[in-house]
Amino acid sequence: MTKTYCAGVDVGSSYTKAVLIGPDAEVVSSCVLRTGSDFQKVSRRALRKVLDAAAGVAARRVVSTGVGRSSCAATQDQMTEITCLARGSFHFCPRPHTAVDIGGQDNKVVAVDGRGRQTAFKMNRKCAAGTGAFLEEIARRLDIPVRRMDLLARSAQGRVEIGSFCTVFTCTEIIHHIREGKRAPEILGGCYESVVKRILEMDPLQGELVLAGGVVSNHPAVAQIFREKLGREPIVPPHPQLVGALGAALLAMENHGKNDR
Amino acid sequence: MALTQSTQRLKEILRNYYQDLSAASQDPGQKVAWCSSAGPVEVLAAMGFHIYFPENHGALLGARRLATPLIGRANARGYSPDICSYLTSDIGAYLQGQTPLKAAYGLPGLPKPDVLVYNTSQCREVQDWFSFYGREFQVPVMGIFSPWKLTRMEPGAVADVAGQLRALAENLSGITGKKLDPDRLKETVRLCAQASLLWKSFLETARRRPSPISFFDATIHMAPIVVMRGTQAAVEYYSGLLKETQVMAETGTAAVEGERLRLYWEGMPNWGKLRFFSDLFGGLKACAVASTYCLSWAFEGLDPERPFECLAEANLKVFINRGEDCKEEYLCKAVEDYGADAIVFHEAKTCPYNTNSRFGLPQRLQEKHGIPSVTIYGDLCDLRCFSQEQTQTLVEALAEQIAAGR
Repeated sequence: MTKTYCAGVDVGSSYTKAVLIGPDAEVVSSCVLRTGSDFQKVSRRALRKVLDAAAGVAARRVVSTGVGRSSCAATQDQMTEITCLARGSFHFCPRPHTAVDIGGQDNKVVAVDGRGRQTAFKMNRKCAAGTGAFLEEIARRLDIPVRRMDLLARSAQGRVEIGSFCTVFTCTEIIHHIREGKRAPEILGGCYESVVKRILEMDPLQGELVLAGGVVSNHPAVAQIFREKLGREPIVPPHPQLVGALGAALLAMENHGKNDR
Repeated sequence: MALTQSTQRLKEILRNYYQDLSAASQDPGQKVAWCSSAGPVEVLAAMGFHIYFPENHGALLGARRLATPLIGRANARGYSPDICSYLTSDIGAYLQGQTPLKAAYGLPGLPKPDVLVYNTSQCREVQDWFSFYGREFQVPVMGIFSPWKLTRMEPGAVADVAGQLRALAENLSGITGKKLDPDRLKETVRLCAQASLLWKSFLETARRRPSPISFFDATIHMAPIVVMRGTQAAVEYYSGLLKETQVMAETGTAAVEGERLRLYWEGMPNWGKLRFFSDLFGGLKACAVASTYCLSWAFEGLDPERPFECLAEANLKVFINRGEDCKEEYLCKAVEDYGADAIVFHEAKTCPYNTNSRFGLPQRLQEKHGIPSVTIYGDLCDLRCFSQEQTQTLVEALAEQIAAGR
């Protein structure tokens, strides 16, 4: 019997993620590409990449999500990143919980019920403070490669206090800390802490917590700070950045099943 | 939506209203009052004033997408971008010598006021807004100060406002040279009550499934209930609108073809983005069946035999002026009455008084009453506060949530 494969493509503001799953919801292949300015092209490339990695199997159904979901080629359905986050997060925590995604330009907090559906959700306001874009700006300001930020922050003896909501004002605050003789690791630690504080200001984060998104993938220190602040262990999936795309693939599989019946 | 006859009639009566206003401002024998939308329209109308509404002008600037650049003009004069954008766009337009009334109704400019009168029941910033024009035109500014956040109608508060209205009439007689005619006030209140009831009946046609009208239709047809309250023309207009809508309802005409989702709009309209929202909702087969904003102009309990007291009550009872418990109760009932699936809370950056998502109300409605909602961010006029992409995701996610729950 032919196996059924489905895919999810998450065209995010910074990165495009694709996940191909097999009949038992197992991840067969995945990829992460820079989104750039051509959503159609990048979504096509991402899909091609996961299909090629699976020896050229065909995806029976594809669901697109993310800011570029409507520009995504070769999809049967579009779902918002909120619904896909809820479904993807439920895969790792199949019971009611709160899912948090810290992305390139937005943050999402979703209350997930016992069936993997959102019952309430929030996104950050128009401002991108506390998102990946904020951390990239800080890296630029401190002249540190983004990939080294996490390691440096882990060597910090403490963290400076970052009080501003605004990314630009935070850079001004950082200048003040540099003048005061603070070192980059302490400043980075403070910036990570401010990312977590922005999320804690969005929602009480009740119940178990699943962390997702590129910021959690690339900056594990963020999960550590959540642990400290909440006094409980968050669930960090193996590839946090892929949770939305996985959710999209799972929804594709479920929709495919429904249509078959 | 169709409503072709009423839409045509609306253009005519608004043209007449603005041209009368303009003529009055050039006639030394006539008096023009600028008034806040909350009133006290009835007292002014009964005293023979021709009434102009700066808030309506602000909405017009927003709807025509003229507001955002004008706001900067007011900002430069010290009026912050964080205060009411009706105020800043209107003052900006004044400073620039610009008004859409020129192109729309052929007015040479704004009708010059003889007095400015406001009521704080719907907004506290009107006082500062009107004070600006008081200084510019060197005319008196008079205010009614309404007790705020009432949880119940306290007799003392009603007596206080009724007393202020009486004193206002006395002060206004110094401008008109005539005392208020009690019979004329009764007649104005009677006409206002009649128009309010007709307006409410029009809005209530949206209780049908599918709804023949949407929030967006209501924002178009609400102009007379704001600017022509207490006139026979408003009564006749709403009588015609109601008849036309009832015919549509009886024939099953839907504002949104294939209506699948019914939303309740809470907060100010985002005037410059009404088309965006209408298209977004339409694409989701979602009809915004009702809104607090439009329902707020359906004043109830207006009694010509006790004009001052009933006007005081009507203004104090208005949703914006109530305490959080009243708002919670009101929204539960409205959601039930209109069969809404969810509420869209519009958090307007520059309108704290008519933004009702900032004190935990959406959370209480969800937790205590199981009413889902989404809070979207924007503004009434300042388009810089609005992210179309983010709003679309939030509204679509709400639609997906409701669909998954069925």
